[in-house]
This record gives sequence, C-alpha cells and structure tokens, in this order.
Amino acid sequence: MFLPLISALAVPFLYKYLNRQVHTGWFVLLVPLTIFIYLLQYIPHVAAGETYKYTLSWIPSFDINITSYVDGLGLLFGLLISGVGTLVIIYSIFYMSKIREALHNFYVYLLMFMGAMLGLVFSDHLLVLYGFWELTSVSSFLLISYWYERQSSRQGALKSLLITVLGGFGMLAGFIMLIIIGDTYSIRELIANADMIQGHVLFIPAMLCILLGAFTKSAQFPFGIWLPDAMEAPTPVSSYLHSATMVKAGIYLVARMTPIFGGSAVWFWLVAGIGIITLLYGSLTALKQTDLKALLAYSTISQLGMIMSLLGVGSLAVYFGPGESGTVFTVATFAALFHLFNHSTFKGSLFMVVGIIDHETGRRDIRYLGGLMQVMPITFTIALIGAFSMAGLPPFNGFLSKEMFFGAVTEVSHAGIFGLGNIGMAFPIIAWVASIFTFVYCMIFVFKTFGGRFRPEKLTREVHEAPYGMLISPLVLGLLVILIFFFPNVLGKYILAPALTAVLPMMSVSAYDLKISAWHGLNMELLMTIGVVAVGIFLFKTAKRWIKAVRNYPQQLTLNHLYNQTLRGTEKLSASLTNRYMTGSLRHYLIYIFTFFAILLMGSLLLLYGIRFDFSNNASVSVFDAGLVIGMIIAALTVLLTSHRIVAIVALGALGYMVSMFFVIFRAPDLALTQMVVETVTTVLFLLCFYHLPKLAKDIERIPFKLTNLIISAAVGLTVTVLALSANGHKLFESISSFFENAYELAGAKNIVNAILVDFRGFDTMLEISVLTIAGLGVYILIHQRHKALRREQDETE
Amino acid sequence: MIFDTMMVIALCILMLAILANLYRVVKGPSGADRVQALDTIGINLIASIGVFSVLLHTHAFFDLILLIGILSFIGTVAFARFIERGVVIERKR
Repeated sequence: MFLPLISALAVPFLYKYLNRQVHTGWFVLLVPLTIFIYLLQYIPHVAAGETYKYTLSWIPSFDINITSYVDGLGLLFGLLISGVGTLVIIYSIFYMSKIREALHNFYVYLLMFMGAMLGLVFSDHLLVLYGFWELTSVSSFLLISYWYERQSSRQGALKSLLITVLGGFGMLAGFIMLIIIGDTYSIRELIANADMIQGHVLFIPAMLCILLGAFTKSAQFPFGIWLPDAMEAPTPVSSYLHSATMVKAGIYLVARMTPIFGGSAVWFWLVAGIGIITLLYGSLTALKQTDLKALLAYSTISQLGMIMSLLGVGSLAVYFGPGESGTVFTVATFAALFHLFNHSTFKGSLFMVVGIIDHETGRRDIRYLGGLMQVMPITFTIALIGAFSMAGLPPFNGFLSKEMFFGAVTEVSHAGIFGLGNIGMAFPIIAWVASIFTFVYCMIFVFKTFGGRFRPEKLTREVHEAPYGMLISPLVLGLLVILIFFFPNVLGKYILAPALTAVLPMMSVSAYDLKISAWHGLNMELLMTIGVVAVGIFLFKTAKRWIKAVRNYPQQLTLNHLYNQTLRGTEKLSASLTNRYMTGSLRHYLIYIFTFFAILLMGSLLLLYGIRFDFSNNASVSVFDAGLVIGMIIAALTVLLTSHRIVAIVALGALGYMVSMFFVIFRAPDLALTQMVVETVTTVLFLLCFYHLPKLAKDIERIPFKLTNLIISAAVGLTVTVLALSANGHKLFESISSFFENAYELAGAKNIVNAILVDFRGFDTMLEISVLTIAGLGVYILIHQRHKALRREQDETE
Repeated sequence: MIFDTMMVIALCILMLAILANLYRVVKGPSGADRVQALDTIGINLIASIGVFSVLLHTHAFFDLILLIGILSFIGTVAFARFIERGVVIERKR
C-alpha cells in the first residue's frame, strides 16, 4: 500500500541522475507492476471467500490505526488501479517527452495519487480512508495543473479542488457522525451493526453528508462540472484519474456503504435518482461538445451516473433480503461492478486514443479532424472497439453491462416499494433515452474523427500512425474489452463475485451464480438495445438538422455558469462586506469594540440577573469626597467641552491631581506621591505633543458632537458603573490583605505597600520595570530613527 | 473635639478656595490666568494635606507636601516657559 508513496520519494533522484539515458517512467513502471502481480496472488484466495486484514498502529491512544482490509471489492479496485496504472505509465513513457517535460514532477504526483488511491480502497478505518481521500484530491489537483503556466489548467485544477474538497469535508462530517452512532472506526464493525445504526437520529444526516462526498468525487449531477475542466491535464492523467480510478472513488464509497445505508428509501432515491439524472445529463451534454476530451469527460460523467444508479437499484436487495426479488436486485449491483470494470477498460483506451490523435495531428477538435481511418488504422480499430463498447453494442463488453442495466431498471419499475408505483416507469424510459444519446455521441466520436474526408491542410503536423509503444496500452485494453465479452464468467467468478459479496454481504453466493451465466436469450433487454441502435442511427444520420438546437442551448442555463456566478458572487459579497466594516477608520473600530463591550456585559448582566446593589457595607460619604467628586466632574466636562486644546490639557492635569487627593483622603500616601509625579510628567508630555501639532490642526474649535458617540460612551459608562456597584455588593470571600499586615515579621518592612511591591509580589514589579525600559528604548529609537532618516534626506539633497 | 471641628472647617474653606480656583482654570480668559490658578490650587492642596494630616494624626503625607511644593513650582515654570517661548526645553546646538 505504501510502496508508491515511498518510491515517489526516489523519483526525483532517478530523474536527476538517470533521465539523460533512460526515461524516468521505466523505473516508475516497476511499482504498479509489482503491486499488480502481488494482488493477482490474492484472487484465488479471495474468490474462495477469504479476507485479509493487516493492522499498522499509528495513533493507538486514539484508536486510529492504519488497517488494511482485503476483500472482493477492495481487490477489484486494487487490480484496476494497479493494472490501469501500469498501462498508463507505459503509455506516458511514450506520450511525455523526455526532454521538454518536467517528468519528475509528473511521476511523483502520479505515484502519490496511486498510493492514495490504493490506500483508499484498502482502508478499513474511516478516518484513514478520509486521509487518503483528500490525498487523492490533492494529487489530482497537482496533476491537473501539471502545465501550470496555462491559465485554463490552473482554473480547472482550482475548480476540481474546490468541489471535491467541499465533498470531502461533507464526507468527513458524515464519517464522524457514523463514528458517533456506531462507536467504532472500523467499517467492518459498522456493517456488523448495521441494524442498530439505521434506527439512530443521525442516520439520515450522516448518509447525506457521505453521499455529498461520493457525488462530488464521482462527478454526479450537479457536481460533475469539474470533470470536463480537469481535461486540461496531460492525457495519461485524464485516462487514469478521470476515467479509470479517481472518479470511481465515490462509486467505491457508495458500494462500501451499501450494507450500512442500503435498504432505506432516502438512500435508494438519492443514489438511483441522482445517478439516472447524471446519466441523462452527461449523455445529452456530451452531444454538444466539439473537443474530443470534453466529449469523453461528459461521457464519463454519464457512465458514472449509470453505475451509480445501478448501485442505487442494487441497494434494494438489502431491503428485500435473500429471496426471489432480492436476487433480482442483486443482479443490479453485479451489473454496477461489471460496468465499473468495463468502463475502466474502454474509457481508458478511448482517452489514450484521443491522446494519440492529439499527439499526431496537433488537434483535438472534431471540426478539424476527419478521415483519419486511412492514416491511423490501428488507432481507428481501438477507437471503434472502445466506442462501440461504450455505446453498448455486441461483441464488446459494454453490451453485456448495458443489457444488465436495462434489466435492472425494468425490474425497478415493478418493485412496488418506496412509492415507486408510477414514477418507477420513468427509470427505464430515462435510461433508454440516455442510451440513445450515448449511442449518438459514440458514433460522433468515431465517425467525425476517423470517417469523412481527410483534410491535412487543417492539421498542424504531418499525420502518421502512432509509435508502437504508445499503442501497447490501448491495445491491451481493447483486447480486454473483447475478451470480457466472450469470457465474462471468468472475470465474474474470480473477481466480481467476491466483490459482490463485499457489497451485499447478506446475500448468499449461490443465488447469483446462475445469473452471471444467463446472458443469452431473446428478451426485453435485447429489444431495448435494438431500439437504441435503430433510433440512434436515425438520429446520427439526421444529426445536421438537430445538433444546432443542442449546441445553441443557452449558456446562461448551464451548471458551469451557475458555478462561475456563485464564485464571483461570493467573492463580491465578501469583498463588499469587508469593505463596509473594515473602513480603516480607527473611530469605527472603537465603536465596534465599545458597542460589543457594552452589549455583551450589559446583556449578560441582565440575562444572569447580576444587577443587585447592596450598600449595607459601604462607608459614609464625607464632605471632602463630595467636593472632590464635584471638582472631578467639572474638570472632566471641561476636557470634553472646551474649545482650546491647552485648556483640555490643563483640565486633565487638574483631574489627575484630584485623583491624587483622593489617594490622600483614602490614606494611600505612596500612591498619592506617585500619582502626583506621573501626572506632572504626563501633562508636560502632552504640552510637548501639543507644541508639535501642525498649524492647521491646532485650532480645531471643540470636539464635534456625534450622537452615536454620545450613546455609546454613555452606555459604556453606565455598564461599568453598574458592574462595579453590583460587584461591590457581592463580596464572596474575605480579602487576603490580613496576611500582608505581617509585613514586618515576614519581610522586615514597615511599609506594607512597598513590601508587597518588592517582596511579596516582586515579580510584577520586575516586569513593570521592563515595561518602562521597553517604553524608554522605544521612544529613543523612534526619535533616533527619524533623525537618521532626516539626515539621510539632507545628504541626498546635498 | 473643637479642634477637630476647626480643622474640618478649615478643610472646607480650603476646598472652597480650590473650587473657586478651578472655576478660574475653566473660565480663565487667558492661559496665564489658568496657570496662576493652577499654582494656587497646588498651594491650597499643600495646606489642605497638612490640615488633613493633623486630622488623621499621621505624618505619612509630609513627603507629599514637599513633592507638591516642588512640582507646583516646576509645573508653573514649565507653563511659563511654554507661554513665553513656545517650548519647554530648548535645544542647545
């Protein structure tokens, strides 16, 4: 599992020292090949029903361990990842230039992705699964923006990251809810407790969150928009990530979670419904694409929708349990897994074909291409195989899975549960219509590219057949497409059946052993396929008349437009919001601070019934106190209302002196002394500042009146007063000052205040000394730097 | 007892004097008037602290009396310099 990640570390060194002689890809090739061969060994054991479990402890104290679990489903995906990975690397060796490209980046990202994907499918621990899930998002982001100097690459990467990470977070939330419900991190144990989980309050929210993750990753409606933009990646990447592996991660998740969530109506409707909508949407949108890769991207979306809807239908088997009708829907799940495999084969080869066309002609747009049949016969054959398989024609594997798909959706229409009565009929109809569209775009793909007239003047390069190395991988995949058609049971028995057991553990194996073989016979499904072909050919022939109607579909109504608008809208909204409250004016910030101060304190006082006055312990007010208070009020009002700054400074000084008189009356000689000196110095400093004010600002008449300021200041004053008075009435404990009365015995000091300052709590004093030091140094530096700057200016002018 | 009452009365009179001076500080048409009033306030403060110390039977505030004397002097001089020359401390260059 960690082999790709570890070997990714070695890639840059190999690149640096050996790339001149050997293409780095040859070394990288060994990694998936080893894994593939290693995984092949598991097939007989897993087919016999065995599972393997390895645990590597990571954070044991939190019960987080890297648990890898090998069963049929994991093995199916593992084989796909390593197998297609091997082929893609062979292809990329010939596709990516040794000289022009930064190959070390490419292979590091690719190996990182491969490791993440393998970790994802073999994880049994929910949080570890999430970790690998995000790692696939990140490495996919890096791969899409591989040609980072192009703007479209960067935008596509950003879009895919935003959407998949949005889903990833949703999934994390769902996982956490699931962990809370089941009280375990292990998927295995969750499945064992599935009955208990279904009754829980958090069941539906957890399901929705996890489905959000699965739908965004697997490009389901309406989150599929990132996939076409991800086509800016190099073609091997598109072929690997965006057809064979990463987009199937969501499928994997849905299949994995089916034993837990399956059987509930919400799950069925969401998975099957969204899947079938995606199928229709993808196939319809694929029609209007002129770029081959975009066409394939939308076809990927639509095929993923098909697999997803099959999984949704298959989840009905959980509802019915083992039995006649349960078995019928088990076939749907089987079809999903089968098509999953098939899709990886033919879509991988189709992407490689497009890569070859791009590489050899310099064009990817079907409006410029045509008549390549004669010049590129092998590529044409592979494309034909892939496209016909995708369209669901015999003798290719797509035919088998499409037949099973039709069978499944027809069954849904008479399942008779979850309110399927009449709406259920929509399933086969939508599926049939979407298949027609699929057929049409497949025909467009093949015949607009390879058929028609050869126009070399429109192409940028001299066209010839691709090098053989580039053809190896698509050929292997094309061969698989045909082989699976003729020998589906080998695959079915050894790989798909155990995977099915993993998805639907409660169904007995023997029930569907028969169904796999039953792919012959004239039935409803075959008639539907014949209908698809007939209508499809008719539509393809008359394509010139109606294709304009599809292409002219207004741009404003597309999901991409919606996405762009949302992105722009939120940016504008946040910008305007920020501009509104972040004015840069200190006055506004102070208003916020004080308003919140008053509201929070006053509010909590009112809500907690904290306002209670208790004057019983208060001392009586003497004449001097009253006089001083009146004096202080007069001085404070003078500061506020005066029209000269110098008067304000003097009044402030007077206020300070009166405070020191208060210290006298309340018998605090040390404080009075200090206050007196500090007040004098401060007043002098104020005068200094006043002197340096610019001429213009010196004569501002008085503080301008603002109602908000008045209200806020009154509110703050009131709050503090109320708070102080209520706090005074609520002395809960005796004060500790009696301890300090022993100052003479303990510290040898007659002055308690000084003893506290330097002995009992000398630490504070030390720090305050350092505060003063810092202030002094700061003032010195400020003045000194300014003088320096002034001197430098003078030097420059001289 | 009578002594104490006398002292309190003295304090009240001093307080009234301070308030009257304060009025001058607020009202004072010119800066010099205000500085004068402040100086007088300082001296009144010295007197009232003295009386207060007698009232409390303590000599803890005697330092303060001296300090106010010095500060009031320095402050008045500083203000005077400020009014006359515009700066408090002149630079010698």
